[in-house]
Amino acid sequence: MSSMITTRTRIKESAGDRLFMAVVYTILTLVLIAVIYPLIYILSSSISSPSAVTSGKVWLWPVDISFKGFETLFHTPQIVTGYGNSLFYTAAGTLISVALTVMIAYPLSRKTFFGRSAIMMIITFTMIFSGGLIPTYMVVRGLHLIDTRWALLIPNAIWVWQVIIARSFFMSSIPEELIEASEIDGCSDLRFMRSVVIPLSKPILAVLVLMYAVGQWNAYFDALIYLKSAKLFPLQLILRSIIIQNNSSGVMDAMKQVERQQLAELLKYALIVVATLPVLIIYPFVQRFFVQGMLVGSVKG
Amino acid sequence: MNVEIAVEQQTGASIKRRRGRLSSAAARSFAKHWQLYLVVIPPLLYFIIFKYYPMLNAVLAFKDYNVIKGIWGSPWVGMKNFKLFFDNPIFWNLIKNTIYLSGYLLLAGFPIPIALALMLNEVRSNRFKRFVQLVTFAPYFISTVVMVSIIMLFLAPRLGFINVLMNHLGLDSINFLGMPSMFRSIYVWSDIWQTAGYSAVIYLAALAGIDPTLYEAAKVDGASRFQKIWHVDLPGILPTIIIVLILNVGNVMAIGFEKVYLLQNPLNLVNSEIISTYVYSIGLLNANYSFATAVGLFNSVINLVLLVLVNGLAKRFSNNSLW
Repeated sequence: MSSMITTRTRIKESAGDRLFMAVVYTILTLVLIAVIYPLIYILSSSISSPSAVTSGKVWLWPVDISFKGFETLFHTPQIVTGYGNSLFYTAAGTLISVALTVMIAYPLSRKTFFGRSAIMMIITFTMIFSGGLIPTYMVVRGLHLIDTRWALLIPNAIWVWQVIIARSFFMSSIPEELIEASEIDGCSDLRFMRSVVIPLSKPILAVLVLMYAVGQWNAYFDALIYLKSAKLFPLQLILRSIIIQNNSSGVMDAMKQVERQQLAELLKYALIVVATLPVLIIYPFVQRFFVQGMLVGSVKG
Repeated sequence: MNVEIAVEQQTGASIKRRRGRLSSAAARSFAKHWQLYLVVIPPLLYFIIFKYYPMLNAVLAFKDYNVIKGIWGSPWVGMKNFKLFFDNPIFWNLIKNTIYLSGYLLLAGFPIPIALALMLNEVRSNRFKRFVQLVTFAPYFISTVVMVSIIMLFLAPRLGFINVLMNHLGLDSINFLGMPSMFRSIYVWSDIWQTAGYSAVIYLAALAGIDPTLYEAAKVDGASRFQKIWHVDLPGILPTIIIVLILNVGNVMAIGFEKVYLLQNPLNLVNSEIISTYVYSIGLLNANYSFATAVGLFNSVINLVLLVLVNGLAKRFSNNSLW
C-alpha cells in the first residue's frame, strides 16, 4: 500500500471503518493461510526424508531433503503406466471434446440455422435430467466400449456448459457483416468456419481446451465404472488404490519393516505432488481464461 | 422439398400458408447451410446415443431385467422395483443422508463465497487482492481423488497431521474417518476449502458491475463501509445470488457421487451412504440392474421436480429465474 492511500484514508475513514478493514484483512489473511498451508505441507513432506515424515517432524519446510519418494515413483511400473495413460486420455479426450463442442456450438450460434432453438433445448435438457448410471452403462456396454480406451473419451465427450459458453462467444464476437460479406463472395460455411471463425475464436478455444484438459486429467469416475484392465487405468485410479484404499483398510501391519512403511507413507505425498503439479503449475498463467469462461457462461445465452 | 413448397404455395388456407412459410424457411436454411447441418450430425448423435438413449433404457426400472432377453424383451413388472425401494428399511436413511449432506453443504457453503467476495471487494491493495484470489482459486483444480487423499493423509489415525498436532497438545488420537458423526463435516468443510475461491469469482464479477454512482451517493450520505456493503453491494449482487441459490437448491438431490464414494468406509457408512452411491453399489457391484435403475430414476425425477419448483418460486417472488 502506498503512503498516499493511507493518508487519504486516514482523513476520510472513521474509527469504525478502520476497525472494519482491520477485521477484513485479518480474516482474509487467515483464509490465505488455511488454503496455502496444506499445499505447502504436502510439497514439503514429499521432498523430506522418509523417517522425518513418519515421525511428524515436518511442520512447514522440508526436513532432511531427499527425493527418495519421487525416485521410487518413477521406478514403479504401475505409476509410470498410469501417468502415460493419463497423458494420452487428456490429449486425445481434449481434442475430441473441443472438436465436437465447436461443431455443435458454431452452427447453433448462426441466426439463419433453422431449428437452432429446438436443438439448444434438446441439449440443455440433458443438464437437468438424465437416464441415470445404469441405463448409460448399458449403452456403453452395448457399444462394446467397456474396458477400452474409448470409454474414457466418448461417453462424456461434450459438456453442455461448454457448448453454452462457446455458443455465446460465437454469437457475440463473429460480426454479422462478416458472415454476409463472405456469403456474397461465395464462401462456403465450412471454409468460413475454418478460415474466419477458428482464427477469431482463439480465446474461447483456449478456455475449452483448458477446461476439458483439466477435467480429463482429474477424472476417475468413468475409469472406475468402465475399465477393468489395470494397464488402461489413468493415474487417478492408481492414486486411489495406493492412497485411499490402503488407508481405509485400517491399521498397518505392525510386523512390516519400519523402513518400508516409512517409504510407503512418503510415497503418498510424492504421488499427490506428481498428480497435481502439472495442473497447478500452469494454473497461474491460465487463470484468466477460466475466469473468462465462467463469466461468459454466466451471461444468459 | 421444392415440390412440397410448390404444393403448399398453391393452397389458399392461412394455416397452410403459415406452415408453408415455415417449411420453406427450413428448406432455404437446409439448402444454404447444408454443410453446417452435416457438421452438427456427429455431436447430435453423441447426445442421442449417450444422453437420450439412456432415458429410453430407463424403462428398465419398470421391468425385471433378464440378461438373455435384453432390456426390451424382459418382462414388465410395473412399479415393483419402486415399491421394493420404498419398503426397504434403507430408503429413509438414504433420503436423510442425501438431504442432510447437501443441506449442510448449502447452509455452510453458500454464504461463504459471498462473504469472501464482499471482503475481497473492500481490499484496496490490488496485489493483495489478486494474490488472495489466485491462492483461493487454486484448490479448485485439485482432483477429487487427490482431495480425498489429502483429507485421509491429514486425518490418518496415527500419522495424520491433525492427530500428530493433537498428540502434541496432549490430546488422544481420533479416527476421524471412522466416526459417522464426523463424515458430513469432513465432506462439507473440505468442499468449502476447495471451491470457495472459485465460487467467489462470479460474485466479484457482479460486484464490479455495480453502478459507481451508487457508491458516490452512499459516500455523500455518510455511509460507513459496512452500511455501504449492506445497502449497495448486497442489493447489487442479489440477482446473481438468487440464480446461484436456485441452482444449488435444485441440485440438492443430485449431490455428487465421486467424493462421497471415496470417503466411504464400512465404519461411516451409516451416514455416508447416499442415493447415488447406493445406485452404484447395488447396480454395478451387485448387478441388480432393474432395481438400481429404479432408484436412480426416482432420484432424477425428484431432482427435476425440485429444480422446476425452485425456479418457479424464484420467478414469482423475485423475477430472477433460470428460464
